[in-house]
Formats: sequence, structure tokens, C-alpha cells
Amino acid sequence: MEPFTVHTGVAVPLLVANIDTDVIIRIDRIAKYARDGLGPFALEALRRLPDGRENADCILNAPAYRNASILLVGDNFGCGSSRENAVWALMAMGLRVVIAPSFGDIFFGNCFQNGMLPIQLHRAAIEPLAKQLIADPDRATLTVDLQALRIRTQTGAEMPFAVEPLQRRMLLEGLDQIGLTLTNEAEIAQFQSQDRRTRPWLYAAP
Amino acid sequence: MKQTLFDKVWDAHRIRSLAPGVDLLAVDRHLYIDLHALLFADLEKLGRGVRNPEMTFAVPDHVVSSAPGRTGGNAEWSERYISALRRAAKKYGIRLFDVNDDGQGIVHVIGPELGLTQPGILLLCGDSHTSTHGGLGALSWGIGASEVMHVLATQTIVQRRPKRMRVNIEGRLPAGVEPKDVILRLIGQIGAAGGTGYAIEYAGSAMQRMEIEGRLTICNLSIELGAKTGMVAPDDKAIEFVRGRPFAPNGKDWDRAVGEWRSLTSDPDATFDREVDLDVMKLVPQITWGTSPQDVIGIDEMIPHPDAAADPDRKRAMQAGLDYMGLQAGRPLAGTPIDWVFIGSCTNSRISDLRSAAAVAKGRKVSPKVKAWVVPGSKSVKRQAEAEGLDKIFLQAGFEWREPGCSLCVGANGETLGDGERSVSTSNRNFVGRQGPGARTHLASPPMAVAAAIAGRITDVRTL
Repeated sequence: MEPFTVHTGVAVPLLVANIDTDVIIRIDRIAKYARDGLGPFALEALRRLPDGRENADCILNAPAYRNASILLVGDNFGCGSSRENAVWALMAMGLRVVIAPSFGDIFFGNCFQNGMLPIQLHRAAIEPLAKQLIADPDRATLTVDLQALRIRTQTGAEMPFAVEPLQRRMLLEGLDQIGLTLTNEAEIAQFQSQDRRTRPWLYAAP
Repeated sequence: MKQTLFDKVWDAHRIRSLAPGVDLLAVDRHLYIDLHALLFADLEKLGRGVRNPEMTFAVPDHVVSSAPGRTGGNAEWSERYISALRRAAKKYGIRLFDVNDDGQGIVHVIGPELGLTQPGILLLCGDSHTSTHGGLGALSWGIGASEVMHVLATQTIVQRRPKRMRVNIEGRLPAGVEPKDVILRLIGQIGAAGGTGYAIEYAGSAMQRMEIEGRLTICNLSIELGAKTGMVAPDDKAIEFVRGRPFAPNGKDWDRAVGEWRSLTSDPDATFDREVDLDVMKLVPQITWGTSPQDVIGIDEMIPHPDAAADPDRKRAMQAGLDYMGLQAGRPLAGTPIDWVFIGSCTNSRISDLRSAAAVAKGRKVSPKVKAWVVPGSKSVKRQAEAEGLDKIFLQAGFEWREPGCSLCVGANGETLGDGERSVSTSNRNFVGRQGPGARTHLASPPMAVAAAIAGRITDVRTL
């Protein structure tokens, strides 16, 4: 996994609550396309009209923001399905950071597995930031520093954020979770050998 | 130390602590769906294998066709996933319930049915509705693709311990009101993120009285509250439900297991981080109007106005929902004409659901304007329904009687509604495009769905 340390990019606000993973990526797109081919279909229910043309009213299509790599959203972003393709699609679209007051739990975890940083921030911090990004599209660039746990704006303002230490380390070092877990192989084997004696039916299929 | 049900099961699976609040947990059962079939190739690229193939159970459910007489899937991608699942099952020695095998069905229907789901186990699956299995007292949740590979390779999961919430559900369900209505009401009450960060225990007299299938429906929709999981303490009903099923323990193992299961209750003075009360005595049938499961009202209520929402993000989401659904605030939902009815999904496709649906359908006719499908949750549910003559009731009423799978709930098999078509569905998500691009979904109970099919419009089943 590609490590995440500091990222600077254009930020776009889309402050709508409950944007779910079905909206982030449709099931037929997932079934049909490999992960790096999902970019054009990320958030297509918002970015495109029913006939497939670009939706000019969608802020994600506005010239100032169309190359955004940082997304500011409303409550419960990524709720719904466990499809990790939602993270793959957003990354294939160019996003590396999503900032929301709250996230769907499975989506949140999936981000860390792929080098995407989900930042939970109070609405009181997100809303003024969003206003500023809209008011001054020429300076809609943010720097997200995972080392320092700070977001910096073009105007020099800074705001802190928090990330669970293990997850932060996974991103900073680009760690392979499976390899990390298997360093506990002795404990896993010991747990199972004891468990096999107390619950043998779980290990022996009829 | 006084413990909750959730804590007891969590602690029994802790291999070690990795950081404050983060544990490495042993996984007892890993259920595997067709949509993840291609991950085995990724796992091989990582140079990893399957640590405990005897603890993973695979079933094609998302991409299979539900057409009568089906032998696979009809979507252009179906065969790719089904054949990859077969190859992986064979290669690694994973038990597969194949398309036309007796045990096939929706993963969250066959788990409990086969006795794979048991009280007190830790069960994971790469599908968000895995919380279903909590209806039998299992600790279960949905995981993403990376975690699916992690479970295959290590038979463990790394998790932060969630907070605990107890939902106390009291009262007797009135006639015409189903477990689905209870959980939809709860989602309406605390919101689609109301459970985020929590493991929920559903308790109270209504839960004690409820049969296992209703409990599975309630736990199934825990994810629509944003919760990590939902559980009900296993009681005699749960134990009797598991007894004698193919993968249940038997003989001495059974006695030992039951002894363990009986200890799986929250201690009387265990504390929860949050308690929510829900009285169901006066509950009316529920139905969703918008594009989040929290957009729900009683069938006798008016569609709410976005201006009534205090929160601006929520206001925007409500207005977008109304626009997408082609509805106006302040009007009743009842009377809205529909095109489709879908009875099925991991939420409401069990035998009890088909019985309550058939009771409404019996002797009536589906409106000629409505396409109505019944998709049983599993081969076993289908056989049982046919033995009881429910298939004939549905067919005579004008429903299609189909083969088991996820079908119209998610459209991963290519079965979808047309753009702008409106359905009443017993499934779990009314998201934008969930049943196909432009499709409009109203979530409700099986009897409410049948009532809508017959009337050709959204209707109160109690006055049909």
C-alpha cells in the first residue's frame, strides 16, 4: 500500500448527509469493471445526468474543483454496503482525503486499507471551511499533514484532527495488515488449539 | 465486573490486545459471497493462502438469476464470479453451496438455516447485512474486501471495541404490524447514523416474545442504523432453533454448547453507553418515502417537510430525496401508484415472511399495472413454502414465484427496475439507484408490500 504522509490538493465541499456507497459506486459498475477502471463511475448519480451527460449543476464538475483530491461531505458519508469498491472508485477518481462529521463504519475502515485518509471533524469546523472553499475557488487548496495531524489552508489557518494511532501508523508506513497480524501467528495457533478442545464442532465440518 | 452480552462474546474471542481499545479477535465462521470470488487471485498475488478453509462457507447469491429454472446467472458478469467461486472452493477445500444445491440461498438466510450461525460465535462476511446473525446471539458484522482477505489468511480480525447500546422494545405488536415495522421505526427515531460506533443489544418484552426470524430481521437492519452489530440474547427459542441443524453441535458437544449459550445474557446491572426505549403498542405499519431508511413514516402520516429538519445537510438530503422519489412534502404517501412489488432479500425472505405475505395475498389479485415477484430466501425456504402451498397462493394472485438469491434488492444479477419505476420492497435499502438507475424504492413489511401489489398503490394493509 502506498504510504500517506502529507497531501496537498484541491478541496471540494459537498455537504449532503447520508451519501451512501451505492451512490458512490453502482453495483453493476463494480461487477463489470476492475478497481482502477472505476474512476469515471465514482459518484456518477451526482456527477452525471440520467442520460449519461455531465451534470453541470454538480460542484464536482465545476472547473475549479474537478481535479479535487480532498472531499468535504455531510454526516454519515459512506453508509450502507460494505463494498470496498467505493473507496477504490473515489481513489480512482483522484481522491486521497475525505473529511466528514461522521462516516459509515465499514467504509471508514476500508479507507485505511487502501491509503485513503478519512478525517472526522466537527461540523463547526467543516462548515466555515466549506464556505471559504466556495467563496475563493482560486485558493481552494488544503494541505493535510498526517504526521502533524493538521489541516492547513492557503490562508495559513490550521486545524487539528485525530486519527486512531494504529490506523495512522498503517497509513504513514503503508503497512500490510495481513503481514502485521501474522506476526502473532503463535498466539493465533495457541488460541485455536485450546478452542478446538472446547468447541471442536466449529473446526470439523460434517 | 458486570458485563453485557456483547462484551462476553467479544472477550471470548480476544487473542490479544494490540493497542488500547483495539483487539485481535478469532473468527469462528466466515461466510463468503460470489461478489468476492475474484479476491482469491489478489490473495495469491500477496503470497497468502487460506488459513482455515474448514471455517469458510461459500454461496453464490448476489449474481445468480432468480428466474424460474435458472442454472446460473444472466448478467454478463455472472458466470465470471460463479466460476471463480467454484474454482477457489475446489482449490482451497472451502465448502460451497452451489447454485442448484439444496443449501443454496441468500448468505444471511442459509447461515441460520444450516446451523452455521450459533449463539456466541464470531461470524463475519463481506456483506454489510451480516449483523443479521445477531438474531441468534452471534456476534457478527460486515467487512470489506481487504478484511475478507485478512480473514482468509489469518482467521482473525483487528477491531476497535465499539460502545454498547441497548434498545428496549416493549409492548405487543398490534395486528398488521411486523418486526420490519419495529426496526424501521427505530431507524426513523434515532437516524441512519444513530447507531454509529455502537454494538446494539435489542432487549425488552417485545424481543422476548418475538420468534427467531423476526429477530433476524431486526438485527439485519442494524447496519441501517450505522451500528457495528445488533444482537439478541439467546434464549430457549434460539437454542431450539439451532437444535438438529446440519452444522449444529450434537451429542455431548450439544450439551456443552447449550451450557455456554445459557450464560450469554447481559448481567442484570451491566451498564450501556446509551439506552433507547421504543414502545410498539401503538405502532402502525411503516413505509419509507425518501432515499435513506431513516426517511420513514407511519402509513397514516404525511410526508415530512425538509424545512422541519434543523440540520442544513439533512434538509438538503431530504429535498434531494423528495425530488428523486417524485414526491411532495405534506401529502400522504398512501395512494401513490406503484409499478413493482418485491418480496425477498436477506431482510424479509424467510418462511415466516412468506407466510405473512401469503395470508394477505390469499384469494386476492395483483393489480394488472403491477409486476410482483416473490423471491424466497433459500432453497429450503422455497421447499417449505411449496409444501405449505404458499407458492400456489402467490401464483394464483398473480405473483411470480422465483428462485432464491438477492435479486431485486441490489440488482447485482442484472435484475433491476426501469428508470423512474416505483416499487414497494421488503428489502433493506431505498438508496438512489439501489434497484437500478432512476428506480424509486419504498421499504415496507411483507404484508404492506402485498397490499400495495393488490391495490396498485401504496396502501395501509390494515384497511385492505
